Amino acid sequence: MKEIVVISGKGGTGKTSITAAFAMLAGRNAVIADCDVDAADMHLLLQPDYARSEDFYSGFKAKIDQNLCIKCGKCKQVCRFDAVQKIDDSYNIINLDCEGCAYCAEICPVKAIQMVEQNVGKWYISQIKSEAQMVHARLGIGADNSGKLVAKVKKEAKNISQETGKDYILVDGSPGIGCPVVSSLSGANYVIVVTEPTLSGFHDMKRVFELIQNFKLPSGCIINKQDVNAEISEKIVEFCTTNKIDIISKLPYDETFSEAMTQGKTIIEFDEENLKNILKDSWSKILLLTDTH
Amino acid sequence: MKIVIASGKGGTGKTTLATNLAYLLSQNCPVILSDLDVEEPNSGFFIKGKKIQEKQVFRMMPEWDREKCVLCGNCQRVCNFNAVIKLGEEVLVFNQLCHSCYACSELCPQNALPMKSYEVGKITEFEENNIHFVEGKLNVGEEQAVPLIKETIDFANNNFPSDILRIFDAPPGTSCPVIEATKDADYVILITEPTPFGLHDLTLAIEVMRELKKDFGVVINRYGIGNNDVIEYCKVERIPLLGKIPNMKKAAVAYAKGELLSEAIPEIRSAFNTIIQNLKVCEVFS
Repeated sequence: MKEIVVISGKGGTGKTSITAAFAMLAGRNAVIADCDVDAADMHLLLQPDYARSEDFYSGFKAKIDQNLCIKCGKCKQVCRFDAVQKIDDSYNIINLDCEGCAYCAEICPVKAIQMVEQNVGKWYISQIKSEAQMVHARLGIGADNSGKLVAKVKKEAKNISQETGKDYILVDGSPGIGCPVVSSLSGANYVIVVTEPTLSGFHDMKRVFELIQNFKLPSGCIINKQDVNAEISEKIVEFCTTNKIDIISKLPYDETFSEAMTQGKTIIEFDEENLKNILKDSWSKILLLTDTH
Repeated sequence: MKIVIASGKGGTGKTTLATNLAYLLSQNCPVILSDLDVEEPNSGFFIKGKKIQEKQVFRMMPEWDREKCVLCGNCQRVCNFNAVIKLGEEVLVFNQLCHSCYACSELCPQNALPMKSYEVGKITEFEENNIHFVEGKLNVGEEQAVPLIKETIDFANNNFPSDILRIFDAPPGTSCPVIEATKDADYVILITEPTPFGLHDLTLAIEVMRELKKDFGVVINRYGIGNNDVIEYCKVERIPLLGKIPNMKKAAVAYAKGELLSEAIPEIRSAFNTIIQNLKVCEVFS
């Protein structure tokens, strides 16, 4: 079983539309994991049935029992996150600022502070329209711990693929270079970066490849909207060649992606041949590269 | 006045809106523009200017002192993030898991885990005409964006007179970095595109803003693609639609080169001016 992870650095480069197309091409041979948990969109194209859903608990918030509190203020003194607020005469936790470190609970002389585990979202196992299984999630509003939810989604996807003997896990990651991205990368066999030839796209992909190289993972690049700037596109190719990054394919700037999306379809199901053929070739190439690395 | 430009979905035009608003407003008064998308900051491609100063940003993390340690294991017990582990005769600190709460350090009976500073990123200040531009940039490999976002906001707030308008370019998503970037905002502009992805992520971002009790409005970018669902949604939810930026391939081409769209394309400039007018109507500023 091999894990293929798609990320982008910059948002809006077409990562999810392209990953959803690959999911359709993979058919029942892959388990799909949507790890862009704080703005998950792949379900809009793949129509999961939400067959199984579970709450996700992770991290803690402090809670002060006002009946036990002797108002000594030690909790406020030690909190590095300004999460303890004194209102009138009582001490209270500001949930948004509490990091769940439990330092206050540890030093409270009367044990008036409890650490309460947080429900930070839900995760689902679904069958999608290609009849493959998909693991996806929804992070609670304003919740932290997105990295942990990503890890959970990936672990469940791995379990399913082992139980059902699938060859691949296809992961849609999140933008950026922070904790959910690092969490998506852990355990990957091959990483695909979807970029665009804009100054921002190029800058962001260089940072994301630096991260991938810290993990020593084999990787490839898809240049979307390649005709938007031929010169930057050429620079991306040069960068990939120098850094031994596979160039998987180049796609033109094409509003068919948003037309298909508006109908809830991937490019594969849409009446359009050019993009479909490029994506089919890309997917064959990705499987070959994943298997040979 | 602090205006934060946010979006659920990435790549909907946060940076485009932030930089163009800053540029157009700076024709009449000084503006502070601050890039809080510290994982992938891009405003600097559009607003350049002269570098005024650069500041390293540090985070405090415990460092194990083998000589002083008596291996009591208290540090491991008090760490709620599994960032400090006692393994045989060694204490290991995992910096990426550490939240800098100081519990292990201050509760160590031997003072064997003093807090040391580690660089997590940089804040750079630039100046161009009437724009003060403050950029936060996270070091690659550093996973936690929140501490640097906090420092960048503090820098933008404390280094300039308080009556200057501040525009913040937030990171995408709906999780902790976005909360940090928006929690002190006076007004939030959510920018989206009129597609199912755009609408879906907009509704998530709106839930966050309602949770934070923020005043907000919506801007539609790439207007012309997709469908009318975002407009209908805003109508039903009575959310002010501040403006629509037309979809044009030449905008994508200008953006690619780092050109300010309000300079390069007159139709788009007038869309930004409409947004400014509507912000005035909404009494965000005068």
